Amino acid sequence: MTVAVALAYLVAAVLFILGLIQLSSPKSARRGNQIAAVGMVIALLATIPLLHFTAPGIAITIVGILIGVPIGAVGARRVKMTAIPQMVALFNGVGGGAAAVVAVSELLLKGSHPLFAVAFPSVFSIVIGSVSFAGSLVAFAKLQALLTGTPITYPGQQIVNGALALAILALAVYLIAIASTPLIFVPLLVLGLVLGVAFVLPIGGADMPVVISLLNAFTGLAVAAGGFVLGNFALIVAGTLVGASGTLLTKLMSDAMGRSLGNVLFGAFGTVTAGPAGAASAEGKSVRSGTPEDIATLLAYSRKVIIVPGYGLAVAQGQHAVRELADELEQRGVEVEYAIHPVAGRMPGHMNVLLAEANVPYEQLKEMDQINDEFKSADVALVVGANDVVNPAAHNSPGSPIYGMPILNADQAKNIVFMKRSMRPGFAGIDNELLYDPKTVMLFGDAKDSLMKLVAAVKAA
Amino acid sequence: MNDNSLLNEFTIFVLAIFIGFEVISKVPTILHTPLMSGTNAIHGIILVGAILIAATARDPLQIVLGLIAVILATINVVGGFVVTDRMLEMFKGRPTPSQKEKPNPKEKTPG
Repeated sequence: MTVAVALAYLVAAVLFILGLIQLSSPKSARRGNQIAAVGMVIALLATIPLLHFTAPGIAITIVGILIGVPIGAVGARRVKMTAIPQMVALFNGVGGGAAAVVAVSELLLKGSHPLFAVAFPSVFSIVIGSVSFAGSLVAFAKLQALLTGTPITYPGQQIVNGALALAILALAVYLIAIASTPLIFVPLLVLGLVLGVAFVLPIGGADMPVVISLLNAFTGLAVAAGGFVLGNFALIVAGTLVGASGTLLTKLMSDAMGRSLGNVLFGAFGTVTAGPAGAASAEGKSVRSGTPEDIATLLAYSRKVIIVPGYGLAVAQGQHAVRELADELEQRGVEVEYAIHPVAGRMPGHMNVLLAEANVPYEQLKEMDQINDEFKSADVALVVGANDVVNPAAHNSPGSPIYGMPILNADQAKNIVFMKRSMRPGFAGIDNELLYDPKTVMLFGDAKDSLMKLVAAVKAA
Repeated sequence: MNDNSLLNEFTIFVLAIFIGFEVISKVPTILHTPLMSGTNAIHGIILVGAILIAATARDPLQIVLGLIAVILATINVVGGFVVTDRMLEMFKGRPTPSQKEKPNPKEKTPG
């Protein structure tokens, strides 16, 4: 590696770090991403002098890039804002796959009895890369509803997964220490893919963001290992940065849900069980449902309304309609705020992205800690397509699977309006006693349709 | 010397772990998704590795592996940065009340 290339890699690494720092603050986040992208271009250009192209080599490099650019760009441009989580999973998965393929190729090139310094990181990259690839595809399938979002479990599952992991470990040791042929990578790759699938299947759809974040960190580490294989500093620095920051981010995300990472990964959270806690008592309770006109009147003559948006709003693409309703109410002098649960939507921060898309003023979006004391003084808590994040069971029933999860105190408002498609439970698969509260009025239907009706009714009120 | 270069690489690896932890220690929840997406784009650096193996490909197996690696890594890097930018684009400005446009003109049915 020449001095010039090494220096260019250093510049790229510094830009990645600066980019990450700026990505951590709302004001500079976009610039941070752009700075990191500049770092990426520099790293790629700096690599060119290192290449000794063969004729087919130059062809596949160009063809590969020409195929990859439109897929990535069009995929990222076309994706609906609601589908962003699965898109990130997909982009992460292909990165993991690329890392595994690079390691395989390099291992084959070194022939029999590779040095430990090559064999060890190669094996690591192959296993982790393939786990990340297959796991991300399952996460994508779950979020895209190609697979059920509820955990897929069977008896002895953890034992099977543990056995898979042990088999991979044994094969890895064999390949590194004893094997005379690098072809052992084939079963390793296959087992890695199987483990990726088996690892994500038992995790519920609501927890997918945490899993994607973890797999993102995995891909980072696989890339860093690839850097050791190839002796390339750019890969080591960038991959390790992602591995470390991704691990921390994963922890922050599970903290936001009030759960430990172990519970997220192995708890099969959201399994629909015949719950002894709240479910049985729900039978026979009555629900009050209102017409759009009733609810519009209630809203129009309130002093303060807090809107609690959830994933149902996102699915119905109702973010513009909700802003319209808020505008209408504000013109009548009603104070309107949005209470954003840390995991509202399908990813932390997802709801902010969606509401920002609808031009909801930034200062109306309140985080949970800021707004939880204000529910007491609110006339109406308008819950749009959310459920688990306002379930008082998190405070009141120690037997509930969501007990201890931080929630929005919508139950403290004077009135609660629930806009829901049906009485179906939320992602966590548990009943919500707030639906049966005497202060609660239900408005059934698609969130966007209902919001449009409310806007019309408020105008008339 | 070969041993030295491995040691150098390992040193960089360990220091990068600390930096990785340090830079995102205080990130608000609203930025978790963009940050995840942004770091996702950064590990697209595997494209450098993919090009390194693709460029020197000779036999058919190397050619196939190289091509797959370049395609996958390119999707990762391009898609990652573009989708992150799209997310963050929406965080930037807030409209002044006067320039609020009425959304969804399609929704209005005649009559």
